Amino acid sequence: MLKNETQLLPGTLFLLILKSLARGPLHGYAIAKRIKNASGDGLEIEDGSLYPALNRLLVKGWVHAEWGTSENNRRARFYRLTAEGRKQLHAEARDFEKLVKSIQLVMRTV
Amino acid sequence: MPTLREFLNRLLFFRRGAHFDREMHDEVQFHIEERAAELEDRGVSKDEALRRARAEFGSVQLAREDSREVWQFQWLEHLLMDLRVGLRMLWRSPGFSALAILCLTLGIGANAAVFSWVEGILFRPYPAVVHQERLMALSGISRGETGITLLSWPDYLDLQRNSTLFDAFFVSKITGTTLSIGERAERTIGSIVSANYFDAVGVHPILGRGFLAGEDAGSSAHPVTVISYQLWQGRFKGDPQIIGKTQRLNGVTHTIVGVAPQGFYGTFVGWAMQFWVPASMEEIFESGGYKLEDRNARWIESYARLKPGVTAVQAQQEISALAGRLEHDYPVTNRGRSVRLWPLWETPFNNAGTLLPTLGIMLAVVLCVLLIACANVGNLLLVRSLARRHEMSVRAALGAGRARLLKQLLTEGLLLSLLGACGGLLVAHWCRHALVLLFPARGGVSMYLPGDIDWRVLGVTSVVSLLATLLLGVVPAIQTSKLNLATALRTEMGGVVGGHGKSWMRSSLVVVQVSLSFVLLVGTGLLIKSLEKIRNTNPGFATHRVLLTAVDLVSAGYSAQQAKTFQDELLERVTALPGVESAAFARMAPLDFGSYSSSPIAVDTYNVLPEEQPTVEYNEVGPGYLATLGIPLVSGREFTRADNESAALVAIVNETMAAQFWKGKNPIGERVQVKGRWLTVVGVAKDCKYQSMRELPMPFFYVPRRQNFTIGGGLNIRTPLAPQELASALGREIHSLDGNLALYEVITLQEQLDRSTASQKAAVTLLGVLGGLALLLAAIGLYGVMSYAVSQSARELGLRMALGARASDLLRLVISRGLALTLGGVALGAAAALGLTRLLVNYLYGVSPRDPQAFGFAFVVMLAATLAACFLPAWRATRTDPMRALRDE
Repeated sequence: MLKNETQLLPGTLFLLILKSLARGPLHGYAIAKRIKNASGDGLEIEDGSLYPALNRLLVKGWVHAEWGTSENNRRARFYRLTAEGRKQLHAEARDFEKLVKSIQLVMRTV
Repeated sequence: MPTLREFLNRLLFFRRGAHFDREMHDEVQFHIEERAAELEDRGVSKDEALRRARAEFGSVQLAREDSREVWQFQWLEHLLMDLRVGLRMLWRSPGFSALAILCLTLGIGANAAVFSWVEGILFRPYPAVVHQERLMALSGISRGETGITLLSWPDYLDLQRNSTLFDAFFVSKITGTTLSIGERAERTIGSIVSANYFDAVGVHPILGRGFLAGEDAGSSAHPVTVISYQLWQGRFKGDPQIIGKTQRLNGVTHTIVGVAPQGFYGTFVGWAMQFWVPASMEEIFESGGYKLEDRNARWIESYARLKPGVTAVQAQQEISALAGRLEHDYPVTNRGRSVRLWPLWETPFNNAGTLLPTLGIMLAVVLCVLLIACANVGNLLLVRSLARRHEMSVRAALGAGRARLLKQLLTEGLLLSLLGACGGLLVAHWCRHALVLLFPARGGVSMYLPGDIDWRVLGVTSVVSLLATLLLGVVPAIQTSKLNLATALRTEMGGVVGGHGKSWMRSSLVVVQVSLSFVLLVGTGLLIKSLEKIRNTNPGFATHRVLLTAVDLVSAGYSAQQAKTFQDELLERVTALPGVESAAFARMAPLDFGSYSSSPIAVDTYNVLPEEQPTVEYNEVGPGYLATLGIPLVSGREFTRADNESAALVAIVNETMAAQFWKGKNPIGERVQVKGRWLTVVGVAKDCKYQSMRELPMPFFYVPRRQNFTIGGGLNIRTPLAPQELASALGREIHSLDGNLALYEVITLQEQLDRSTASQKAAVTLLGVLGGLALLLAAIGLYGVMSYAVSQSARELGLRMALGARASDLLRLVISRGLALTLGGVALGAAAALGLTRLLVNYLYGVSPRDPQAFGFAFVVMLAATLAACFLPAWRATRTDPMRALRDE
């Protein structure tokens, strides 16, 4: 799913997409780019798996899609977080942080 | 976890499915161009940028497929795949498939047929009548008594007027008349109804009108009738000008005011109504004169429809309260009486009440048959699942989840039961009107007992089929869940005929089958024996050389005086016919429909207890009646022509009555008071059966017709001639006396007796057919298991032969294994039957539900079936070629 050196935990792709949409609607290409930039090029989502993932979020009703115009005035499909999606983002982010902390704890103590 | 929201989103996807591809295409295009533009900004040439962007994206097709799949119902895809595989499996072993589907077709078909009867006869008995689910029957009840009474017209009107929880009340009382059609007179059945009848049942005449308000009031005030579609087509040849024409019914000219639509048969379970008259005409059709103002005359059969949302309990409370008020207001007539509502299937005044227990037992029986069929198919599947062990193991090894394999097996079960259900519904469709075949026509009129296959029957049938699927799927599933990859991938070693172990499940299924069919066989045996007992019971009258027939003078409008003259003349002519030994009129024939007259009686020497009111039934008979019917006279004399209106009033009592009221003293010359008149006993007759072959001896007496005249009555003729030999001569004599009259059917007294035992015969036939079916299925099951065992143990059999076993030894080996299974089943079945046959007690006559002969019969039949089922496999075992069997290993 992810073209990266560091293996991602399953389900993290959803979290990343939801997070990248937290500050406002983006189109698919912008989502991929934001994740890549924000991770300092550490994470790169394979284009072929981005769209199935987006569709899955649509099915679950966490994001909403609508056509609009991009910064260079081209027709593009924008994804926006729904209220439910925002709730899901918070829940998953919390869980993720807990998980990471737990793992860190284990790594330090054992 | 899939949520409802997700489900709805997916459903919505199907609506915009066509857009999806285009949108996806646009979106991916945008993505690629955006990436290309970025690369161009970094100085890559336009063409190269586009090429690189495309390459980076990878397969557009795959992305689209993956995205699309997200929206689809995966289980649906899997189901379709399983179905495809399942169909292929069925197709590949046509013998197995055909046998399994046949078993299920018979099992499900028997169920669906009985469901259709239950629906058409008990739950929705009245085609074309609206809102039958809220319809209830009304009857009177007396405190402290178990039987029911009917309602009086004034009580009915008060209930209707004062209740608030009902949409409608209506009266529908069965009655009859005689219509001559050509040379034959035929009984025609109709209803006396309240004026609101057609509105209340929601049926609108196709010609003319229903009854008008007020047409049900007054004494014989409104001689109008609505006729059935059948009568209109049959008797009136579909005359379009029929409205306003007249028809004589029971001697009174009625104007035909309407024709009911096709497919409306009135409201009586068991018979199709041919005409309807308003209640004001009741005295023309009912005995007892004008009764519309008599609170003491309880004669009406009525129904009430609850308002929507009203429960039966609430309705009963209101009706009970109203009945209580009537009891308070009219203590003389209503003391100790109340009114009860009945669901349609328990209606006490038509055939619903009598068919309810029969159909209940039928349901249990067909369920047994279905279980047997399922066990059979389960067994077949089991055998096959062993054969498919290899396939399943390979699939499991290749990574198919256990759940996925289970789903595959369940789908195959579903396919089988689906095909079985289709076949079963076809069987049910053919059998839906078959019930009526078991009940003989009376007076040329067949009963009307329709089955109905509606959505509710389809629903219940589907549920039954689904349960069958689960049963069927579960058997191989258990087998699969025990799948052990390592051992299963190696081929299974040949089994042992006499051995246990893996075959226990197949064997236990056979044991269950045998026990279920044993129960049904015992039931059949009991009913057969009971019917034999009834047939062999001495009815007390001669069943041979006596013919019954009738001429309906009531319908022809004869007065009492005219009737007396006619009957005297006819009697003279009939006795003069060659071959006729004697003849006599009587109001009732033995074992006939209808009821005898009855009266409270008083006897000089018999002290009546204060609360006792002895009521005895009697028959009005002509001179020589006892001799004609072959009822022996114990002492005294028969009635003669001298016992007429001007002579002293006399009676003949039966032995039971003599013993009960005169305590062994000779009653001849003693007095008995009947309907307020004192009669002198002149004879004592032997007991006989009066209303039913199953009745116990009861007090009964005879009075001379002339001293208690009613116009109606049948003619009994003593003759060695067959009915058809006498019928034409009789018809000629009647025609020569009155050209407008026609003769009823002529039957022997034996035929009359047979008709009266029709319900017993019907029970025997039904249980016999289903018991036979069960036996056949069980035998097939046994055969399947034994054949399989033999085929799997070829090596063992070959070895035994090589070691010197003779063919007869092998024969014995296989058959004894089959017998062991049967004996196990019989033991289980006998235990179950001891508990279950009590249910049949109402159908049994002179036979204990634990009758050893019936159990013996079932055992012998079962044993014979076992031997038949085992013989072929056993014979095949003896043909084992030891060389080949051992070489194959």
